[in-house]
Amino acid sequence: MSQSLPRRDFVKAVAIGGLVITVTASGCRKISDEARGPSAPTGEPFEPVVYVRLDPTGTVTIVCPRSEMGQGIRTTIAMIVADEMEADWKDVKVVQAPGDEKKYGSQNTDGSTSIRDFLPKYREAGATVRALLEAAAAKQWNVPVTEVAAQNGKVVHAGSKRSLRYGELVSTATTLPIPPVASLVLKTPAQFRYIGKEIPSLDLHDLTTGKAIFGQDLRREGMKYAVVARPLVYGGKVATVDSSEAEKVPGVERIVRLPDATPPTGFQALGGVAVVANSTWAAMQGRRKLKITWTDGPNASYDSERYRAELEKAVRKPGKVVRSQGDAARALNSGTRVSADYYIPHLAHAAMEPPAALAVFENGRCDTWSCTQNPGGTRETVAKALGIPVENVSSNVTLLGGGFGRKSKPDYVVEAALLSKEMAAPVKVVWTREDDIQHDFFHTVAAEHLEGAVNADGKVTAWLQRSALPSIASLFAPDVTYQAEWEVGQGMTDFPYAVANLQEEMGPAPARFRVGWYRSVINIPHAFAIGSFIDELAHAAGKDPREFVLELLGPDRVIDMGKAGLTGKAWNYGDSFESHPLDTARLRGVVELATSKAGWGQPLPAGRGRGLAVHRSFLSYVAMVIEVASNADGSISIERVDVAADGGFIANPDRVTAQFEGATMMGISNALYGEITFREGRPVQSNFSDYKVARMNVAPREIRVHLVPSEAKPGGIGEPGVPPVAPALANAIFAATGRRIRSLPVGDQLTKPEDKPAVKTVG
Amino acid sequence: MQVFINGERRTFDGDAAMPLLWYLRDELGLTGTKFGCGIGACGACTVHLEGTAIRSCSTPMQVLDGKHIVTIEGLDKEGNHPVQVAWRAANVPQCGYCQSGQIMQAAALLETTPNPTVQEIDTAMNGNICRCGTYVRIRAAIQAAASGMSA
Repeated sequence: MSQSLPRRDFVKAVAIGGLVITVTASGCRKISDEARGPSAPTGEPFEPVVYVRLDPTGTVTIVCPRSEMGQGIRTTIAMIVADEMEADWKDVKVVQAPGDEKKYGSQNTDGSTSIRDFLPKYREAGATVRALLEAAAAKQWNVPVTEVAAQNGKVVHAGSKRSLRYGELVSTATTLPIPPVASLVLKTPAQFRYIGKEIPSLDLHDLTTGKAIFGQDLRREGMKYAVVARPLVYGGKVATVDSSEAEKVPGVERIVRLPDATPPTGFQALGGVAVVANSTWAAMQGRRKLKITWTDGPNASYDSERYRAELEKAVRKPGKVVRSQGDAARALNSGTRVSADYYIPHLAHAAMEPPAALAVFENGRCDTWSCTQNPGGTRETVAKALGIPVENVSSNVTLLGGGFGRKSKPDYVVEAALLSKEMAAPVKVVWTREDDIQHDFFHTVAAEHLEGAVNADGKVTAWLQRSALPSIASLFAPDVTYQAEWEVGQGMTDFPYAVANLQEEMGPAPARFRVGWYRSVINIPHAFAIGSFIDELAHAAGKDPREFVLELLGPDRVIDMGKAGLTGKAWNYGDSFESHPLDTARLRGVVELATSKAGWGQPLPAGRGRGLAVHRSFLSYVAMVIEVASNADGSISIERVDVAADGGFIANPDRVTAQFEGATMMGISNALYGEITFREGRPVQSNFSDYKVARMNVAPREIRVHLVPSEAKPGGIGEPGVPPVAPALANAIFAATGRRIRSLPVGDQLTKPEDKPAVKTVG
Repeated sequence: MQVFINGERRTFDGDAAMPLLWYLRDELGLTGTKFGCGIGACGACTVHLEGTAIRSCSTPMQVLDGKHIVTIEGLDKEGNHPVQVAWRAANVPQCGYCQSGQIMQAAALLETTPNPTVQEIDTAMNGNICRCGTYVRIRAAIQAAASGMSA
């Protein structure tokens, strides 16, 4: 039997054989559709909820509503709840919540939000259970509750030296009223048992023994395997299919045409032709034998070289103003004027696990299992594709073999759902690496034009930035040509430096492909341009880059974004500036920490150099010093990276450290190699053979992560480590070699002659 | 044909051109060996063939007659191979998807080179991609496993 007692803040229910605590989200903010991105499928209002169950054996079950993709969220949520409830860690287990946003609030694991949005609720949930168990023990012993204390899975009464295990208190606890939130006493940091400590990840054993189950590993009785041939040009459609040879492949059961897709396609599938077989291998062999002709449509002319020229043209003339203070046009004409153009190409997410999904369509409902970051969006998108109510679609979440934003888009789950309906059988859709790289929701492509003026004292008196890049909003609406407020707001309009004459503009950039969120998103181009240009100005001013950036930050202050000259709304990652102000003291803090740990200013051998960059994103502040050594062939080795991060309150320092180590590597990969190019509308690269990513040989000898101890509200962790990497690396390369990297990736730029204006030699 | 998987004799009479990876994953349900690229470029599918690390995604069944294969599931019955123990001590995995392949590659390295230099580690591990970027911890875990094994 189950009984629920709705109250303002807590709901307690006596579930079969246990105590279940549900914390709802009264008072929690709501993120509007607009904030998440125009027309982006959104779930129910953003209301964090956490479930804890305690059963009479003492097992504590914590429901994890967010997807695990390597950030350690399953362990971190458990640490927080278990700590506040004084549970014994060995009694704790975590179960993965299926998609149910009415119950759990937004489950979309993106935007680095899982702790920053939910921390207080996790703590309240744990503290509620603790208070309830203490009250239960006091009642059983008939002593005042002030005389008892929860302690590592037990409640003890010091006076009589009695103790009761949590499991023994369940039946009494279920009869007691839920303590009001105001009565809860949260632990002080000194009392933390797990928070802030090194705790091995809960999934560690499974992850090191091959037992962990990812989307690609899904299996089910009677399951068919499918691969899909999709149009390589965005908006392309199947013209003709000859499947006669494919049908002859042993194991191939059916060839299925999927519905055509017309841009903007949102999160829906791209159409094409599916091969359904009795094994993955047979399906893959069958696909090779398909003879398909395509109608490419207008995006067939998309060509990266030409598009780059268009973007660069767009940023060389005045654009749409997004922020303006003082008179930059006039101020640029005095002092030393510096200008630079930066280019940041498309990237593919290339998570180690290519997308995969299993669907079972039966009697008008569809159950799905997949490696999704976004179970709520999965349900909505699948329901829409099948034309059935969202209540009739489930989304069960496996572990994710990496996500980085790719797996918040459930097109692959839609494919499995459509095919299961067609086949009247369970169908698993497997994406190959080629599918993953060529049908990604690519990171955008950007041109950034910067101008600055430096006066005789070496102070920056004017700053102009123009940015042009296709907007993610183009995924959901036609004719989008400019960045949204939440895109220019990622590192550009939140420019934190003290420059009296500031002008920021954006140029037009229509999308010709699917563009999507990629770890740290639009901060990637904005931070690269700004972080590089500050270094260029420092050199123009003849100043040390560290001193220069500290001076550019100006006096410590909280920036009033309402008075910062923005033409639109300021973006703060879905939070208010009251709760998470833009505080330049914290930028200064991480610059000082990173540089001091890195030994900034200490002499280096010839051919070595250090580069610095600092950036705030997802409400966290990160500075990075990268030290490189120049090799004989002109290439560089990355010797050491010092990362200083101020992400507010940190619950799981080991996993936070790991996130910054990983973000550093991903930033290095982006900067050294990352580039997808298009020719005749088609992505040129298709696998790790031509889409190069960082391997062990370019991993720095050391990545040293320095976390700023803080009681401030938590910021994001998964993403903010990426943006400073590319500019810090480019600045280090300049320091070591004198070569300025303005176009990413670094690629072979350092091993071939510098692309300088040709100098004519005579004779 | 016959093949020995984690010590167990198996008979295979399917498509001889099919890579070992799909036999392990689809037919035997040994999903610890991962599909990452299908062209031997990422190392997620690494297993041991007669003790040597190979890419199962590009090793067809036809070359395996009579051969012994060890997968992550068979590396150690309890999952306590020194490399696995070192991996857990350093909390290496993030998402974990590439880690079976990394562990198999590292275990094979330590068989032939019990005390590898950093350079030897980098060379041996360079075929195994980790997009979460756990390389620095992998290096440290291999060094720890090496010193544990030689101690």
